[in-house]
Amino acid sequence: MIKIEAQDVCLSYNRKIVLSGLTFQLRPGEMVGLIGPNGCGKSTVIRALSHTIVPYSGKIFLDRQDITRLPRPDLARLLAVVPQMPLLPSAFTAFEIVLMGRNPHLGLFQYEKQKDLTIAWQAMGKTGTQPLAKRRVGELSGGEIQSLLIARALAQETKAILLDEPTANLDIGRQSEVLDLIKALCREDNLTVLAALHDLNLAAQYCDRLILINNGQIYAEGTPGEVITADTVAAVYGAESCVYKHPANGLPCVLLSADISRNNSDRRKNLEDTR
Amino acid sequence: MVIEPPTYLLHWRSRVYSIIGLIVLLVIIVILAVTIGSVHIPFSATIGILFSRLPWVDMSPTWTGTLETIIFDIRLPRVILAGLVGSALATAGATYQGLFRNPLADPYLIGVAQGAALGAVIGFMLPPAWHSIGFGIIPLLAFCGAVVSTAVVYNLARVGKTLPATTLILAGVAISALLASIVSYLVISSGEKIHGIMFWLMGSLSLSQWSDVIVTLPYVILGVTIILLYARPLNLAQLDEDQAQQLGINVERLKLVLMAAATLITAAAVSFVGIIGFVGIIVPHAVRLIWGVDHRFLLPLSVLTGAVFLILADMIARTVMAPTEIPIGVITAICGAPFFLYLLRRRRKLIF
Repeated sequence: MIKIEAQDVCLSYNRKIVLSGLTFQLRPGEMVGLIGPNGCGKSTVIRALSHTIVPYSGKIFLDRQDITRLPRPDLARLLAVVPQMPLLPSAFTAFEIVLMGRNPHLGLFQYEKQKDLTIAWQAMGKTGTQPLAKRRVGELSGGEIQSLLIARALAQETKAILLDEPTANLDIGRQSEVLDLIKALCREDNLTVLAALHDLNLAAQYCDRLILINNGQIYAEGTPGEVITADTVAAVYGAESCVYKHPANGLPCVLLSADISRNNSDRRKNLEDTR
Repeated sequence: MVIEPPTYLLHWRSRVYSIIGLIVLLVIIVILAVTIGSVHIPFSATIGILFSRLPWVDMSPTWTGTLETIIFDIRLPRVILAGLVGSALATAGATYQGLFRNPLADPYLIGVAQGAALGAVIGFMLPPAWHSIGFGIIPLLAFCGAVVSTAVVYNLARVGKTLPATTLILAGVAISALLASIVSYLVISSGEKIHGIMFWLMGSLSLSQWSDVIVTLPYVILGVTIILLYARPLNLAQLDEDQAQQLGINVERLKLVLMAAATLITAAAVSFVGIIGFVGIIVPHAVRLIWGVDHRFLLPLSVLTGAVFLILADMIARTVMAPTEIPIGVITAICGAPFFLYLLRRRRKLIF
């Protein structure tokens, strides 16, 4: 169980501030969704939380420890990241990739023991990737790689998982499988979960709380019902939509309205204004 | 759900057998290489001479003292030095290729070769009085040149606390070009010393002595040991830097340690024998094609294959046109390139 806390964090690329004043908390057993338009900085937040980039100002704490002071293996035993479409060495087998998740648990002079192999294998079982074990990564599809990366994060045996677009390459069946699994882990093992998602409907269905980022700041934060409204969708994404309640569980569903009365150049201008 | 992973998944057993097999092959090649040469020595005599030196073997000599001198003081140091240099270059090549995820990387990528060349050429140009100090001014200056030029490249390429691979490679290319032009100028203005310089620049093992082996050995053992210890982190470096960091690797420290170790062994290797091309790029690729990409096996297998390859290449270089010696770089390229192309065509699979 681990709590992640961002305090007034500013993030920059090449000395240009891209995100500022980020203050939020992620608690164990709660699945939080990070949403916002393309390029709003969802991935940047995940990179900062995993100490891949250092904040321009502000601090990020993992159970009151400043993450920039944690040695990398220690951090990797507490927090795993499922990156979005990363570079993978195509000649490695799927099993070897998942086994890399055991690295933070091994010293420089140690090799993987039977226990590590078993943990990696079970992580592959949970994500349904065992049949891929012998295949080379270069031969796998985007969806298979996505599941493999989740297996690698599970093999890390961390207390928190950050996921960057975990459903980006998946069909609707695999989307629900992956998010069901993550939600189950979050509930049963009391994991702290943050998932960057661009599909608002998936975010609304699965997340307990949503953080909506726009124009380099947190635009809204709260339950899916509070954050996803027709007004915020119009203001943040520049899209006309209707927001309904899901007939089964009352969570918000976003339906896009094609606006044929507005001509295309108007629409594009509108989009540019909102960015 | 199956709880235990199938044991065949990592091919550990077959790879360990390969390592043992290569060690045996290396011993055979060493014996073969000291037997074959311009002076004919019977195979039985070679075995006898070599084994009689082992402390627990008691054997009365059936061979002449001349043969013993040829084997012990001329051929054996040369063969061992060839093995050390081959190991060093192959390991350094595998390290750079892995570290920068670049199949074209070789041990000379970041300025080692041209730095060593400049040092050596300066050594050749010094007045004769300088050459009488200790074991030789040329290897010393070559080693210093290699280390200094790599340090310059490293510092030029650094951006803040990080070291981007592309900047490093570009800085290496630029510094190498600069040093190469200075070397070319010095070579042209070197007068009658040009023959010795050219021989060094093309690489040659013909002047090998035991003292060279003794000086090179500790560097190669130290550097190779460090690199072998970092085999698993090097596997993770095949992912991008973000992922490696998120899996607990201190990427900048990994780069620094591995580059220092690889530079050390490359500099030690080229100092005595000059710049031997092709070994450092081709051996790791051949190993990768045959045994796969896992650095925990790729590195030790490269150490052994590099030694075997260079001992064989040197054997060919000194025998086919005896008593004239062919520069060993010519042999490594002539033998290596077709073999490599054969592997490339035969096994069309993912190798990097």
